[in-house]
Parts: sequence; structure tokens; C-alpha cells
Amino acid sequence: MKSNKEKKGKIFSLGSDHDLVTIRKYGKGLAARMGFDKNNRTLISTAISEICRNVIEYAGQGRVKIEISDDEKNCIMITISDSGPGIEDVSKALQEGYTTGKGLGVGLPGAKRIMDEFEVQTCVGEGTTIRMCKRLGLDSD
Amino acid sequence: MRVSILQKGDYLIVSLQSSLNDGEFRQLRNRLIALASQISTKGMIIDVGKLDVMDSFATRILGDIADVSQHRGAPTVLVGIQPHIKFSIAQLGLDIEKFEIALNLEEGLALLKND
Repeated sequence: MKSNKEKKGKIFSLGSDHDLVTIRKYGKGLAARMGFDKNNRTLISTAISEICRNVIEYAGQGRVKIEISDDEKNCIMITISDSGPGIEDVSKALQEGYTTGKGLGVGLPGAKRIMDEFEVQTCVGEGTTIRMCKRLGLDSD
Repeated sequence: MRVSILQKGDYLIVSLQSSLNDGEFRQLRNRLIALASQISTKGMIIDVGKLDVMDSFATRILGDIADVSQHRGAPTVLVGIQPHIKFSIAQLGLDIEKFEIALNLEEGLALLKND
């Protein structure tokens, strides 16, 4: 049975495909408990998947926090951080189709488009933290 | 691996029976690429109805499979895309032009037979 604390949020280590699936499922579940509709639950889950995969590909491992915002109870907040190489040019990285890896280059810009707020903090050689949130009720919920 | 692969006449039917992790997607790609060199088909249907998410990685891997199949003259049809998945594909801006799309297996087979 989930504790009250777990119902509001959880912190995960991210280092494998298996972790990514676990984290994505938790995000989808929390979004469901908050009342997001199926479309938005899938969007949230997809955004989590995209960013977490970037962490695994570029940094190897990281940390993910998924929670209900303390300030806004209708807001799901996701913070994904790593101590990887950092992003040299954030504006380029946010362009559709741009990639320094093997992907399609839609992960970062796509996640930004999906979420209501999207913030990137990065330092080359030190790592990256992405904070994103989605609010209930802004569209069809 | 939670995938079933059947040959139905001239066609290959691939059913993803639950969401796959990245490793399982790669395994699937490798398996289908190996199969493509062993058997002759006129088309492939991939049922993605059980996927909970279709992100850029899944799309890329399925695209790789479609490329190999097309190279051998066999188009790939995706069937069973759930409405919430279609919505996220559109929102994410994923390009699924490598695939033909049909509602279900029956329609997918009809599409391939008409190709």
C-alpha cells in the first residue's frame, strides 16, 4: 500500500531501460491519481521517457523526482538530473531534428512542447537538470 | 520477449503483447532483420495496440524494421494505434511516413493485398 508521501511523489535512480519503464509508469500513475485524462497521461509519460532516455544515452545515469507541486496541487512536476557532459548549446538542442546522438532529435523539443513549463539548467562537464511540469485543466482535462 | 511473430501466407504479423523496454525493442529489430533475410514476404503488419507509449525511440526502431522490409519490397503497416498514442505522436512531432496505417489486422491485410 502506498504511503501518503509516495502518493505525492517519489525519487528514482535512473540507470537502465528497466528504470526508465518503472519511472514512466509511476509518472503515468501519479498523473492518473491527479485526474489527468488519458491523452495527457500519455503525453506526460512520453515526455518522461524522452528525457530519461537522453540521460541514459549521454550521462549513463541520473536521478528523477516526480511529484505533485507543493504550491499548485494541480501540477505534476518532474525533475530529471544527471552529472553527465552537459549541453553545449541549449537553443540548438531544442531545435527539431538536432541530435548529437543516434536519435531523431525530437526528444528535447518534443518534451518542451508537450509540457506546460520546461526549464533546462546545464553546465558543460558538470551535468544537466531538466524541470518540467504539466497542469490539470489547461486544456481538455 | 513479449512479442509474437506469425507468418500468415505471404505476410508477417508481429504483435507487441505489452510495452517493450529499449532492450526488447532492439531485440525485436534484430530478430525481424534476421527473419527478413530468411523468408520472403509481401508485407509486414505490426500491431502496436498494447504499447502504453510510442516515443521517438520506439518510432526509430520500428522505422528501422520498416526500412529493411521495404528494401525487400515488403511495406510495413502499423495497426492498433490507440487514440491517445496517435495524439502523443502528433504532439511530439514524430514522422510515421515510413508506415502505412490501418485500424486493425483485417484492414492491414486488406491494405497490403491492394498494394
